[in-house]
Amino acid sequence: MATEEHSEGAGLAFHPMDQFIVKPLFGGDTVHWYTPTNVTLWMAITVLVIFLLLVVGTRGRATIPSRVQSIAELAYGFVHKMVEDVTGKDALKYFPYIMTLFMFIVFSNFLGLLPLAFTTTSHIAVTATLALAVFLSVTILGFVKNGAAFLGLFWVSSAPLALRPILAVIELISYFVRPVSHSVRLMGNMMAGHAVIKVFAGFAAVAVISPVSVLAVTAMYGLEVLVAFIQAYVFTILTCVYLRDALHPSH
Amino acid sequence: MEGDIAQLGQYIGAGLAGIGSGASAIGVGHVAGNFLSGALRNPSAAAGQTATLFIGIAFAEALGIFSFLVALLLMFAV
Repeated sequence: MATEEHSEGAGLAFHPMDQFIVKPLFGGDTVHWYTPTNVTLWMAITVLVIFLLLVVGTRGRATIPSRVQSIAELAYGFVHKMVEDVTGKDALKYFPYIMTLFMFIVFSNFLGLLPLAFTTTSHIAVTATLALAVFLSVTILGFVKNGAAFLGLFWVSSAPLALRPILAVIELISYFVRPVSHSVRLMGNMMAGHAVIKVFAGFAAVAVISPVSVLAVTAMYGLEVLVAFIQAYVFTILTCVYLRDALHPSH
Repeated sequence: MEGDIAQLGQYIGAGLAGIGSGASAIGVGHVAGNFLSGALRNPSAAAGQTATLFIGIAFAEALGIFSFLVALLLMFAV
C-alpha cells in the first residue's frame, strides 16, 4: 500500500514512513536474526556514546568535575533521586537496571534526532523487548519477595467487599495491559514525531508553502527534543512505579 | 480511482481514530492545567509532585497512543 502512494504522490518526494525501514548494512534484502542492520548499528552507537559518557568521561574521578563528568554525575543523580523518591530507599539495589534503561532510551531518542540517523526506539520490537523485560522481572520479583501475598495487589482491601471481585478483574486486566501501554507509548511518540517532521519536510517541495514548512519543521524539532527526554523519563518513572507495586503490593 | 470497499473502510477508520488523539489531548491538557492551578496556589509543594504529574500525563496519553496504534494497524497491517 505504501509503495502505491509513493509513485503517484504529488509533491511528496518521499514517503514519511520510509525512514523506519530496517535495512541490512552490507547489502542484500533478507534480514535474519544475525544480520547487522541499521538498527544494530545505531544501538551500538548508543551503547558506545553511553560508555564514553559514563565510563571514559568519569575516569578522572576529579573532585572538581570536568564538563563531561558533571553531565554524567547529573544523570546519575537524577535517576538515583527518581528511584529514591518514587520507589523508596529499599529499591536502590535495583538502581543499576533502571539507570541502564534510562540511559539507553534517552540516548536512543536523542541520537535518533540527528539528521539521517535511525531511531531505534521507534520500533515496537525494541520497546516491547524493554517493556517485557521490565514486566517479567517485576512480576517475578513480586512473587519472590512477597510470595502469594503479591496477589494482594489485585485484591483492593480498602473497597467494600461486594465490589472487590469486580475490582480484582479490572486490576488484573490493567496489570496485563501494562507492558502494552509501556512499550506502545514510547514507540508511538517516537514514530509519530518523526513521521510528522517528514510530512512537513515533504511540503517544502511546493514553493508557495515552503517557508511555512521550514518553520513547522523547526518547531516540531524543538518539540521532539522535549518529547525525546520526557518519554525516556516517563518510561523510567513507570518502571519505578511498577517496581514499587512489586515490592509493596498492599494498597 | 480504483480500490475496493474494504480499503475505503480502512482509510475512514484510520481517520476516525484521529478523534482519539484529540480526546487524549483534552485529557493531557486537563491534567497539566489542574497541576498548574494547584502549583500556583502552593508553589512550595509543586516541586515534589512533578513525578505524579508525569505519571498522570502518561496515563492520559497512553489512550491517545492506542488510537494512533489503531490507525497504524488499519493503514499498514490489515
